[in-house]
Amino acid sequence: MPDTPTTAPTPPALETRGVNKWFGANHANRDVSLAVPKGTIHGVIGENGAGKSTIMSIVYGYLPADSGAILVDGRPVAVKSPRDALAAGVGMVHQHFMLVDPFTVLENVLLGAEGGVTLAAGMERARAELVRLARDYGLEVDLDRPVGELPVGAQQRVEILKALYRGADILILDEPTGVLTPQETDHLFRILRALREQGKTIVIITHKLREIMELTDNVTVMRRGEVVANVRTAETSKEQLAELMVGRKVLLRVEKAPARPGPVVLEVSGLTVRDGSGVERVKGVGFSVRAGEIVGIAGVSGNGQSELLEALAGMRPVAGGSVRLRGEELADRPGLFNAKALRGLRVGHVPEDRQKVGLITSFEARENAILGHHDDQAYNGRVLMDRAAVLSRCEAEMEAYDVRPRDARLRAANFSGGNQQKIVLAREIERNPDLLLVGQPTRGVDIGAIEFIHKRLVRLRDEGKAILLVSVELDEIVSLSDRILVMFDGRLMGEVAPQDADERRMGLMMAGVEAAT
Amino acid sequence: MARGMAGKGFGMPGEVPGWVNYALLPLLNLLAAFVLSGLVILVIGENPLDVLALMVTEAVGYPEAIGYTLYYTTSYIFTGLAVAVAFHCGLFNIGGEGQAYMGGLGAGLVGLAMTGWPWPVVAVAAVLVSALFGAAWAWIPGWLQARRGSHIVITTIMFNFIAASIMTYLLVDVLIKPGQQSPETREFDPGTWLPSMDRALGWIGIEVAPSPLNLSFAWALACCALFYLFLWRTRWGYEIRTVGQNERAAVYAGISPSRNIVLAMLISGALAGFVGVNEILGVQHRLLLNFTGGVGFVGIAVALMGRNHPLGIILAALLFGMLAQGGGQVSFEYPTVNRELVMVIQGLVILFAGALENLFKPQVEALFRRPPKKNEGTRNEGRA
Repeated sequence: MPDTPTTAPTPPALETRGVNKWFGANHANRDVSLAVPKGTIHGVIGENGAGKSTIMSIVYGYLPADSGAILVDGRPVAVKSPRDALAAGVGMVHQHFMLVDPFTVLENVLLGAEGGVTLAAGMERARAELVRLARDYGLEVDLDRPVGELPVGAQQRVEILKALYRGADILILDEPTGVLTPQETDHLFRILRALREQGKTIVIITHKLREIMELTDNVTVMRRGEVVANVRTAETSKEQLAELMVGRKVLLRVEKAPARPGPVVLEVSGLTVRDGSGVERVKGVGFSVRAGEIVGIAGVSGNGQSELLEALAGMRPVAGGSVRLRGEELADRPGLFNAKALRGLRVGHVPEDRQKVGLITSFEARENAILGHHDDQAYNGRVLMDRAAVLSRCEAEMEAYDVRPRDARLRAANFSGGNQQKIVLAREIERNPDLLLVGQPTRGVDIGAIEFIHKRLVRLRDEGKAILLVSVELDEIVSLSDRILVMFDGRLMGEVAPQDADERRMGLMMAGVEAAT
Repeated sequence: MARGMAGKGFGMPGEVPGWVNYALLPLLNLLAAFVLSGLVILVIGENPLDVLALMVTEAVGYPEAIGYTLYYTTSYIFTGLAVAVAFHCGLFNIGGEGQAYMGGLGAGLVGLAMTGWPWPVVAVAAVLVSALFGAAWAWIPGWLQARRGSHIVITTIMFNFIAASIMTYLLVDVLIKPGQQSPETREFDPGTWLPSMDRALGWIGIEVAPSPLNLSFAWALACCALFYLFLWRTRWGYEIRTVGQNERAAVYAGISPSRNIVLAMLISGALAGFVGVNEILGVQHRLLLNFTGGVGFVGIAVALMGRNHPLGIILAALLFGMLAQGGGQVSFEYPTVNRELVMVIQGLVILFAGALENLFKPQVEALFRRPPKKNEGTRNEGRA
């Protein structure tokens, strides 16, 4: 079955015909037609904002289409809500799981499909069915454990079980590997292949080319709301897909000369950080960053990297340990170790979440260009701010970073992800920091902008600045960093040189299994 | 121009002309409120058009009426600005009533104490002291919010009651003019009164009809200008707006949310306190109970309807001033259209302008949004 050609007499399991969707003036889906043959794994790939999530939200009944049709097994279906989609046999696994943490796996699966007045009967039926599903597809999870106690990979399996239990024959997965270690990703792929063997149809939305090449049978490439190509995976290449996504040739590798590290700029030892509820998230971490090098911190999201970065940027108090900037101790000096004073000490910070932290999306670009520097004399008269100075600063930065559209009075929310990130980067880098703290510099950023951002960071390094990079994208860490630290459960598992960073080893370290030798 | 328009393509929620949002939609909401009010008036057996005509005449039909309308407008501007500045910091200050009451106490004490001083000195002192009293009354809830996380909505409404109790105590037991039943202070020395507008304009040779409208109206307009400059043109206003829009980003930028919460509440309370200058020093010329009469709450509607912008607040305050003046007079003429019914009309305006603000928005926006032509790239300049 897996090799059924698209021209087979059996209708495709899932088909969209000429689907259009507008968000205001933004044509998010433009005549989107795609066909997913039965029993195949189908990739939908595209940059952020290409419309791939939009079309799948329409298929799953979250969004109404403005025009067009959806067909399941060749029959048109009216999908007005996820309930309709499920009735038609379409299930979805979201990027952010929709689970009730304190409930057990069984209770989560049953939620909304209790099947009776009392729970007991449904429970027994569900348990038998789930055991069968788990056996058939390798979806092992402890049915009686609360979901909140499970690792992320297992939570995702619960989501898949939920969809299967509701009778889904077509499974849509939205960016399923974003939160997984390489080993968990492998496990997921094994499950998906097993599902395909059993005749299920899988649609996977992703922006990772490697996963498309490894897993899928066919690929649909989207760009700016349109389907630009439908290709067989076996007949294409990463380079070709990237070009289709972006519309021009792209450089997938970062080109850089070997680092020439100078003196130590940042030295951290025994650093401990607690989160808002007092839980220790960083547990005695020590490392140093020299001028002229990029130190990358790899790890699965949620292992303390975010807290570490925020603490170093003065956004969160440290609970213990030492932080030295150019040899000067900061940890016990709240007068220096806060977000405002650190800017004065030439520390730049590109936060992980540009929308919630790095920008005020309702403010205009020019107001965002001075966030954190609004007190500078350069932008202030005695009382009133110097609007001309703010505007010219913003316009100069937009020019230098090729921010589009070049409109300093446009609200930050109306820029695309890549351009928003460029606004933040320009603000932090153009003030010539000695140390730049960077979190997820290219999350949700289109490939063209990724290329630009990576080049800019390498150039900053070559100018002799120290850069601490936190990213959950392993590829990004490996290609940018001069030294790699792996973080797991608030601790550093060890240091790896980028040339030694093979996936298996990194994966084991990220899972906390193995320390570096 | 064409380039500028094309440049705004990405992710914009529609290309709708600005005046639709700022003028057409509020007018539609207002119209809806009046239509519904008309139905209510019809039900009780009066002709809505006659009532409306009378209301408009009594609000703006002759000079004296205009004076009264603007006198109400003055207080609504103060409380509207007060609510708006807190909104810009992400705070819902519904304690404008109590802060205005306390501001009145401040203005009253100045009026009582400064017998014999020339009125300009008294006016400046009253502005300062009423601001101080209003700010102090808002400071406590602001501080509790900033330091302890006590919700500002709960605390400010509690402080309205506390302010009312304190004033009752002071007027019944302490400040009451000896030898009378009514809980009021003595009248201030006429030399200290804030000149009414007809008097002030008389000095420069302009004759207008006498009304309670006084010089604090000019101060209210000045406050609107200062409000704009402060919020959008100074770094302190920038900080307040940052905290209000995105507290995490504020922390990232090294802006202290708690300091700005307290600052915004101080300013908010001071603005509300100016109601006391208008009412006590400008009109009543003595301190009495319940002179605020709900202006603090009307201020919420004014701020909502005025989109927290000084220009909008002036217009909304004007509307509510007309409703207060015109509606009050209607209830004299039509016994069936009593004060409560006027409040129903006010309530409908608030309902449509505030709670149902977006009622007509999707349809109207769809009407004005020009759908880009097919095949024409909405934005071909993303990456050249």
